This record gives sequence, C-alpha cells and structure tokens, in this order.
Amino acid sequence: MTALIAARGLTRVLPETVPVTLVKDISLEIDPNSFVAITGPSGSGKSSLLYLLGLLDRPTNGTILVEGRDTGPMSEAERARTRLSMIGFVFQFHFLLPEFSARQNVEIPMRKMGRLAPREMRGRAEELLDALGLADHRNKRPDQLSGGQRQRVAVARALANDPPLVLADEPTGSLDSQSSEQVFEILRSLVRERGKTVVAVTHDLDMAARMDRRVHLVDGMLAEAED
Amino acid sequence: MRLILDIALTHIAGRGRQTLVAIIGVAVGVGFSIAMAALMQGGQDDFVKQLIDTMPHVQVTDEQRGARRQPAEEAFDAAEISGLRPPDDRRGIINPTAATAWLDAWVTGRFSQSLKSQGVVRYQGREAGASIIGIEPETERAISPIVEDFTQGSFSTLSEGGNNVVVGDRMAEKLGARLGDTVTTISSSGLTRNFRITGLFHTGTTARDEGEAYMLLKNAQILSERPNAINDIRIKLDNPYAARDAARRIETQLGYKAVSWQEANEAIMQAFVVRNVIMYAVVAAILLVAGFGIFNIVSTITHEKARDIAIMKSLGFSRGDMQSMFVIEGMAIGAAGSLAGWALGFVLTYGLASIKFELDAGGQEITELPIAWSAAHYAIASLFALGSAAVAGYLPARKAARLNPVDIIRGAT
Ligand SMILES: Nc1ncnc2c1ncn2[C@@H]1O[C@H](COP(=O)(O)OP(=O)(O)OP(=O)(O)O)[C@@H](O)[C@H]1O
Ligand SMILES: [Mg+2]
Repeated sequence: MTALIAARGLTRVLPETVPVTLVKDISLEIDPNSFVAITGPSGSGKSSLLYLLGLLDRPTNGTILVEGRDTGPMSEAERARTRLSMIGFVFQFHFLLPEFSARQNVEIPMRKMGRLAPREMRGRAEELLDALGLADHRNKRPDQLSGGQRQRVAVARALANDPPLVLADEPTGSLDSQSSEQVFEILRSLVRERGKTVVAVTHDLDMAARMDRRVHLVDGMLAEAED
Repeated sequence: MRLILDIALTHIAGRGRQTLVAIIGVAVGVGFSIAMAALMQGGQDDFVKQLIDTMPHVQVTDEQRGARRQPAEEAFDAAEISGLRPPDDRRGIINPTAATAWLDAWVTGRFSQSLKSQGVVRYQGREAGASIIGIEPETERAISPIVEDFTQGSFSTLSEGGNNVVVGDRMAEKLGARLGDTVTTISSSGLTRNFRITGLFHTGTTARDEGEAYMLLKNAQILSERPNAINDIRIKLDNPYAARDAARRIETQLGYKAVSWQEANEAIMQAFVVRNVIMYAVVAAILLVAGFGIFNIVSTITHEKARDIAIMKSLGFSRGDMQSMFVIEGMAIGAAGSLAGWALGFVLTYGLASIKFELDAGGQEITELPIAWSAAHYAIASLFALGSAAVAGYLPARKAARLNPVDIIRGAT
C-alpha cells in the first residue's frame, strides 16, 4: 500500500545568521485512514514538521511524496493546487476570515476549487456545519462564535473539498476540556467514519494515547518512542 | 475570479474612510484632467477653426522657394553660375490665365486672384503705409471672411465700379478720414490716384485694420502699372485638410511657392503638440500622486491582512491569486475614482462652458471659453488612473504574495 504522505530525509534549516535547524533528517510514512499524533516538548519542531507535510513550507533537504508523487519539483501553483484538493489544515487558533460568515468560510475552499455549483457548495457547507453541531450558527461571523465553535468551523472548512488528509496543529490547544473532547471526537470520527487520515500535533498525552500512532520528536529529530 | 473579487472588496470595505479619501484623490485627478483637456483641446480646435475660416487654405505667391536657376543651369547639369545679382522686382505670376484655368480644372473649392503691393494712403497731409490689395469682389467674397467685418459701408460697394476703396477702421482713424472721404493712394513706383472710401472694416487683427486697403483688381493693376498682373492666388478647399497635398501639386506644376495653412502656421501647430505633451505630463503627475493614495491603502491592507494571506495560502490559494487580489483592490479604487472623476470632470467642464465674459484685449474678443467635449478625454484620464492604480496595487501585492505563510502563522500563534 502506498503511503498517503511520506517524508524522506526531511531537513529544514532557517537561513539566519546563526542557522536554526527546525527539523532534521525525518523520514516517515503515513498510511491512509490512520489517526496519527505528533508529540514532543515545546520547540521540538512539531509545527515545523506539520507545515512541511502540508506543503506550506519547503524543506531545505529531503522531499515529501503525496500519494507517491514527489512534490519537490512542483511549482508553487501546483503545490497550492495539491493543498487545495488533498490537504485540510486546522490550526491551534481558528484562523477564519473575519469578514465572512461561518458558512461562507466553509464555502471558500470549494469556490476556489470551482467544481460545484453555488447551490451545491451551499448545501455541502451547511451539511458539514450541521454535522459539527453548528446548525444554529451558520450565518454568524467568527467574532460572534465561541472558541470551540470557531474551531469546529475551521474543521468544517478543512473538510470542504473532502481532502483525504487533515493536518491539525494543536487543534484543542486553546479550548477548555469539554470543547477539546468534542473536537477530538470529531477528528476521530473523521478517521473512523469518513475514512480520512488525521495527523494532529498535541501536548495532551492522554489524547495521543487514544490515537492510532504516536510520532515523537525531540530537538527536531524522530525519537524512539514511536510505536 | 469571483471569489478573489469578493474577498478583495471586503478588504476595501473594511477601510471605508481611507478608501474614500483615495477614491476622492483619483476622482479629483481624473476630473481636473478631463476639464483641463476639454479646455485646451477647445482652445486648440477654436484656433484651428479660425485659421481655416479666415486664412486661405493654400496661398500661391509669385515667389520661388530657392534662388531662380539660370537658363544655362537648367540646360547643363555641370553648369554653375555664381556671383549674379538676381533681379529683385516681383514680376507677378506669369501667364495668370493659364494658371487659373489649370486650377479651375481640378481644385475642389474656390479661389481668388489678387495683386498685392505696398503703397501709401494720404489724407489731408496725413499718411499711412498700406498693403494695397486689388481683388475681384465676387471671387474674394467666397474666399475671405472680410465681407462680414464691415462696420460702415460694405464690401459690395467695390463691385459698383468706380474709384472706390475700402480700408480698415484703424487706418481711417489714423488718417482722420471718414466714410465718403476721398483719399490719395501712392504706389511704390510713385503713381498717385484718388479713391473714395466706401467701406470700413474691423477684423480684430490690428495689423490688418491698420494696414490694408482693398480696391478693384483693375484699379490696383493700373496704380502699380502692371496691367493683367496678379501675384497672389488664394484657395479655399472644400476639405481644408487636403491643403498640404494641393499645395504640393500646385508648387510642382506652376513652379511658384504654394503654402498650405498648416505650413503657414507650422510653429503654432508645433506649439500645440508641445502644449499637449505638457498637459498629459501634468495629468500623469496628478494621477501618479493619486496612485500614492492607492499604494498606501493596499500596502496597509496587506500588512493588516497578513494573517488572512497565510490562511488563504494554507487553504490552497497560490501566490498569483494573492497578487491578483491586491491588484484588484488597487484597480477597484482606481475604477471607482475614475467613475467619480468622470462625473466631476463633466460638471467642471459644464461649468467652464457656461462661463461668459467679455474681453477686449489686443483686438481679439472672446465671450465664451472654447470647450471641446470628447469621450477620448474621459478614456485617456481613466486609462492613466487605472494604470497608476494597477502599479500602486501591484507593488505591495507582489510583496504580500511572497510572504511566507509559515512565518505569519508562527508569528500569530
Ligand atoms: N523564525 C525563527 N527563528 C528562529 N528560530 C525559530 C523560528 N521559528 C521557529 N524557531 C525555532 O524552531 C524550533 C521549532 O519550532 P516549532 O514551532 O516547530 O516547535 P513546536 O514543536 O511546534 O513547539 P510548540 O510545542 O511550542 O508549538 C523552536 O526551537 C523555535 O524556537
Ligand atoms: Mg507548535
């Protein structure tokens, strides 16, 4: 089985006056329909790895394969297109566009993709929001929503184009325990019920323990703890 | 793309007041450019129209462009004669009947022949230098607008025959002569004859009102002792813009200098070109300044919306998408400013057109500002505005599009 996404000898060095190594020589494969935790102490390079896997950042060395395709030689526009159709991001903070309603925010990736008719986009956005318990909040703007609600809108948006891979950077980091649990359950159901692959950075070791697999980083390198 | 436009518009809408200021900046630039162009073009058109109305379109005189060639030079290429003093008399156009018959055959328009010579007009011991112009009233009437310029008497009194002369009102004033008085004219060869003033004209051009006297061609020929001579053919073409070609053809055929109205006013026409270049440089400068306003906004927005840029990139928007989004923002302000500027320009031009004033300076009377209404002025002004808006949007857009989303996301968390 080809890995959904694979890293080969991934290294990212920031070209500062004193070069900073964010991640170093990371190789890993993530299978389809798996729920993967990235753990590690603060500053160990978890976010950096996630940005690389999500094609937001370019590695200094090594490469990333998406469904076996090398993304190294891709143009910026091609990488953007791959992000659009293959990858959904959820960040620690909600990161919605503040001028648009919840529904409009969810529609944006679909409009960018341009495959569905406006009615269908609307229908799908409402479906996603309803499934995440936001039926009553479709038309609210981000500043009218609670933190947990916003994070769920962000999850809905990440799923808009039905990408096989969802990358989440501490998706519950800014939420109280109840909302955290809710968002975690949603991510888990994506894997169990929708066949997605979710890679989530988390500090919460309990949460990590309930996931399929744990990738542990120390000082930008893969640590033994993986199981 | 619709989506990018939507997002761009929310960005602009989020900075209502600043956007309004920038739109006003562009509008003022466009509006004043339009009004200025209307005024300058109007002045130019008015001037050219006056030239075409008052001047002959082609004037043929008995001069030659170069020194006259000697018969030996004409016959033998190698022959060259120097040191000769050419005769300096103006002999008139040779064989005028053949020349006018030839012109009659192909010129679409009208022409008149005249004999112009220098002389003096005397009345009760006062003298005035004058161009004595012998004309045929019927053909002259069709060529020259002077017929309309009579303050006393009329041009048609010349057709009545007899020793009649019409002079400019300023000349009459200088001589102290009035309508009906008899003046003495003295030709350059010394011959004198008496003429009765049967008309006074006022063209508004001082040199003419002071220095021209018109009489029958026959009388002028007698006065200058040059029977049947003419030295000036003036042509009014049905199409004034064919003047250059007509002049060239006449000059080649007749061998006399034929000057089109464009050639006669070349310096002025060139001055108009320079004036237009300066005008559009000013327009460009005004709209460049308006462009700074747009640059400012778009630049502010790119900083303010850095986080949104990162979000959109993470969603799958490309660098090009981001770039076009901010260029659209600049262009939208430019377009809104252009539209408002059209309205302003229209109102300003309308206002200028309705100003009426009276002025009597140097004999030229103007009662209204000459205004040219032209869609091209609107198009050019907004073209400049949109161009400067595009550049003003592009510069910050390019920078914003290059932002690394990772840097922003890191900075925000
Ligand atoms: N622009 C930068 N300049 C210098 N060092 C940087 C820069 N960005 C990140 N780093 C460093 O790179 C390392 C990895 O950062 P990263 O954000 O990936 O860690 P993390 O594991 O996500 O940490 P956290 O759990 O706190 O989010 C850190 O030590 C950080 O200080
Ligand atoms: Mg992090």
